[in-house]
Amino acid sequence: MFRFFLARLAVLIPTFIGVSIIAFSFIRLLPGDPVALLSGERVMSPERHAEISHQLGFDRPIVVQYLDYLWGVLQGDFGVSIVTKEPVIDQFLELFPATVELSLCAILFAVIVGIPAGVIAAIKRGSIFDQIIMGTALVGFSMPIFWWGLLLIIVVSGILQWTPVSGRISLMFFFPSVTGFMLIDSLLSGQAGAFQSALNHLVLPTIVLGTIPLAVIARQTRSAMLEVLSEDYVRTARAKGLPTFRVVGIHALRNAMIPVVTTIGLQIGVMLAGAILTETIFSWPGIGKWMVDSVFRRDYAVIQGGLLIIAGVIMLVNLAVDLLYGLINPRIRH
Amino acid sequence: MTEVTATSPISTDPSRRARLAEFWFYFSENRGAVIGLFFFLFLVVLAICAPLVAPHDPTIQFRESVLLPPFWQEGGRVGFLLGTDAVGRDMLSRLIYGTRFSLFVGVIVTTLSLTGGILVGVIAGYFRGWVDTVIMRIMDIILAFPSLLLALVLVAVLGPGLTNAMIAIALVFQPHFVRLTRAAVMTEKTRDYVVAAKVAGAGHLRLMFKTILPNCMAPLIVQATLSFSNAILDAAALGFLGMGAQPPTPEWGTMLAEAREFILRAWWVVTLPGLAILATVLAINLMGDGLRDALDPKLKRS
Repeated sequence: MFRFFLARLAVLIPTFIGVSIIAFSFIRLLPGDPVALLSGERVMSPERHAEISHQLGFDRPIVVQYLDYLWGVLQGDFGVSIVTKEPVIDQFLELFPATVELSLCAILFAVIVGIPAGVIAAIKRGSIFDQIIMGTALVGFSMPIFWWGLLLIIVVSGILQWTPVSGRISLMFFFPSVTGFMLIDSLLSGQAGAFQSALNHLVLPTIVLGTIPLAVIARQTRSAMLEVLSEDYVRTARAKGLPTFRVVGIHALRNAMIPVVTTIGLQIGVMLAGAILTETIFSWPGIGKWMVDSVFRRDYAVIQGGLLIIAGVIMLVNLAVDLLYGLINPRIRH
Repeated sequence: MTEVTATSPISTDPSRRARLAEFWFYFSENRGAVIGLFFFLFLVVLAICAPLVAPHDPTIQFRESVLLPPFWQEGGRVGFLLGTDAVGRDMLSRLIYGTRFSLFVGVIVTTLSLTGGILVGVIAGYFRGWVDTVIMRIMDIILAFPSLLLALVLVAVLGPGLTNAMIAIALVFQPHFVRLTRAAVMTEKTRDYVVAAKVAGAGHLRLMFKTILPNCMAPLIVQATLSFSNAILDAAALGFLGMGAQPPTPEWGTMLAEAREFILRAWWVVTLPGLAILATVLAINLMGDGLRDALDPKLKRS
């Protein structure tokens, strides 16, 4: 297992270096003067330009600049925002819990609905249930989620008035951030109605972000179950006279879950990287909205640093999924 | 079964027709796939004949009829069957013209990423060694970024617009084709018929693209339909974020972005473009499922 871990890590390091080269060179490939872009100043006198250029280290050889940049990154220095002058890593850490909270809720929603739906479709294969579930899953899989979000806002927030339109909690409530997770912080604050408000704000974004993973998980659970159900050991279990729910629930489901777990893990990685569209529609203050806003503000320092951090997070999550997969399924370790 | 078709080097006409018939047999067994195919063909016709079918010019603003509802609602007019948008443009005409952009995006992005991916993937899978390592590391780097975010940043760098959006999306999709091609080439390369061709004196290029590649196409075709629909979704998403096609282009995602502020006042300006995207993507995905059933022998009859 340890060798498996080392092998995975060995692949990760060159990839991370490649990612850092992309993040580093991207600002230098942009049309226009990188010094002006990074400082955020449009019109500069030649002296001022030279001064900032020296400050940012642009007057040194490119290799030195890159190594310096990489050294900074390894120490947690991802640059400073042009707009707010805050370190990029601080902004990231402040916004990341919101994204984690939303992603976890969405993946939970997708798993809780998706796996049973896929199992039912597989057991009742060809029936009306199967057709309805798989039809719905295909619609979910084809959904433009930015539109799906707007539609839910029209119906649930607009017509039914059940949930708020945007944000994480009603402005009526204010309490210090302890964990960064609104659901937990609102409970800790002890204010009446705060938890309810946080929950209401979370419902629609969770559904929207969870829709595509839900469809993918349902489809994959079904095909994995179908494959497993036709195996000999399942027939043996049936022949022994075990009740159906035991055969399906214990014998078949366990093995069918192996590919599904990988899918779930990879989906989490993508979600943690920021649900760009969902966060934008619901003004959810997370990583995705942060990146979109930075693109529009032309805050290149944040884009550069953010890209690198996000890629790093995805790589770490994928590594964790790989290791977990190696634990569940010993066959792939070799 | 694949052995038979693979080892007969000359694909004579009857066998090709038989293969086509077999393909159609499995494809048509999937009712959804056939429906998807017909809807897709309908969209293609609509896109080609847009100027003939659309009742109005998609960019003309009828200033006296702003935000008219569809004709069946109170206040709607038969002249504007699906109503008008915030500056008085005919929704139906804009939706019809939008078909052109979405299908165009799908075709261009799929062609770019498919050809690029195949070329790189075949080279990696055929030569292996350091070439393979370098190529796969580069693909890993691209895959380390979330695709929509990378496309968004690329478009921000290149400048907003439909052309740059297509280039960015194609670049982001390419690694999937590279991986698929490489894996398929690697399994095919050790087969007897390839060795036989090599012994017969076939050069590298011939081996790569004439001998091996045709036998790797099945998974690539399935992936191509998937990336066709994903390209439409991503281009619409970029348009929605203001980084794709620019107004007044009647691209569906861009139309949605313009309609956002009216979501609680005029349901049709928001609902209809999204519905068009959903229907198009759904039709293509239905076709993709049918293709997979027909082309992938492993999943056949499952």
